[in-house]
Amino acid sequence: MMGGHLNAFHLAYLANGAMWTVVLSAMAFLGGGVAAFLVALCRISPLRIVRVASGAVVQLVQGTPLLVILFLAYFGLPAIGFSVPPLLAAGASLTIYVGAFLGEVWRGAILAVPAPQWEAAECLALSRTQRLFQVILPQAVRIATPPTVGFLVQIIKSTSLASAIGFVELARAGQIINNSLLEPFLIYVIIACVYFALCYPISRWSRRLERSTGFARSARVAVP
Amino acid sequence: MTDPVVRLHEVHKSFGALKVLDGVSFDVHRGEVAALIGRSGSGKSTALRCIDRLERIDSGMITVCGHDVADPALKLRALRLDVGIVFQSYNLFPHLTVMQNIMLAPRSVKGLGRAEAVDLARGVLAKVGLADKADAYPEQLSGGQQQRAAIARSLAMQPKVMLFDEVTSALDPELTGEVLRVIEDLAAGGMTMIMVTHEMGFARHIASQVLFMHRGRVWEAGPPAIMSDPATPELRQFVGSELRR
Repeated sequence: MMGGHLNAFHLAYLANGAMWTVVLSAMAFLGGGVAAFLVALCRISPLRIVRVASGAVVQLVQGTPLLVILFLAYFGLPAIGFSVPPLLAAGASLTIYVGAFLGEVWRGAILAVPAPQWEAAECLALSRTQRLFQVILPQAVRIATPPTVGFLVQIIKSTSLASAIGFVELARAGQIINNSLLEPFLIYVIIACVYFALCYPISRWSRRLERSTGFARSARVAVP
Repeated sequence: MTDPVVRLHEVHKSFGALKVLDGVSFDVHRGEVAALIGRSGSGKSTALRCIDRLERIDSGMITVCGHDVADPALKLRALRLDVGIVFQSYNLFPHLTVMQNIMLAPRSVKGLGRAEAVDLARGVLAKVGLADKADAYPEQLSGGQQQRAAIARSLAMQPKVMLFDEVTSALDPELTGEVLRVIEDLAAGGMTMIMVTHEMGFARHIASQVLFMHRGRVWEAGPPAIMSDPATPELRQFVGSELRR
């Protein structure tokens, strides 16, 4: 496909790349969500050692560029005997990255639930697990939802770094097409527009969530 | 005479360098209503919180319904099943309706079935006069209604003793009245209660025992009559200043 003009084949190739961007984002969000939940629980553990250890891991990941994590997973692991396909390397790296950042967001949301709520639940003889899952987390979810949805946008954009380990998602697909067409402005504008189309609705959704956080208010909306 | 439901003996408690409880002793027997009165900072709320082990004591002894509260190996769950507490700031769970707030602990802790828990909740809601607010969320209620719902939530666990920590301090006089009427009904029903309060008239009217706290001690104790005829200048001054409020 050397030279020539942008054609349907190129667009289909970009669409395929966009599809992998979505797949990678979904992997990062689901895997990262599970990791973040564990991180948040560890960070509020009654055991000091668990809090300190998880805090250290979070600091380590937050202080490392995602690109370096990707390189470590894709180039580093094979060097010590573990061969990892690009999709898995990218998915795992994003999971770690998202887990560290989202975990701290969620920890903050849990801590933002007023302490007397823990106390009131304790005085009703609920166990710590019951307090957490039945009283605190439902409230923390409300607090965490807008920033979490906002972070989704960061995740989608971060998946473009997977192109650096040869994974053909949207950004990499654009690079490959540009290598044959040599029309970087046109192609990267198209790429930017596709990213924007993926991210903008989510940003809007996040902003709408920020405006409606009252419990009773949403309940009234639910009942017509 | 039977053993007291709640007994404090020489209880000491400091927050850092600040001595909050300096040898507090009192007994509350079954069916009694004890009113803890005194200035802010006199240790009344701390004493109440120690009874439910929300604070640990430094030395002394507290027994509540046979539980040794100072024992580090105390089964907190067992203590909390016997003790109900209501706070100044209600602390209802905002993501649950009034009904769900009340049913949560009976279902999760006592393992009650749904139908049973609904019956129980309707019963306690009727007691506090909120039968029509079962499906409201806390933020849709007035302060007085929220406080009554919080009382109902505690009652649903059928505690042997109820603690009230300045439950009307956040309410205006009209709403205070509706909450006090609920507490009065409970007293009439024979509930053992310890209340920290600034409602002097109410304490005089309802209490079987008045405990005036001053500087971390029970400075003066006795029947409500001590409020009209204080033995100590501190209580005389306190009652005088409360009347002028």
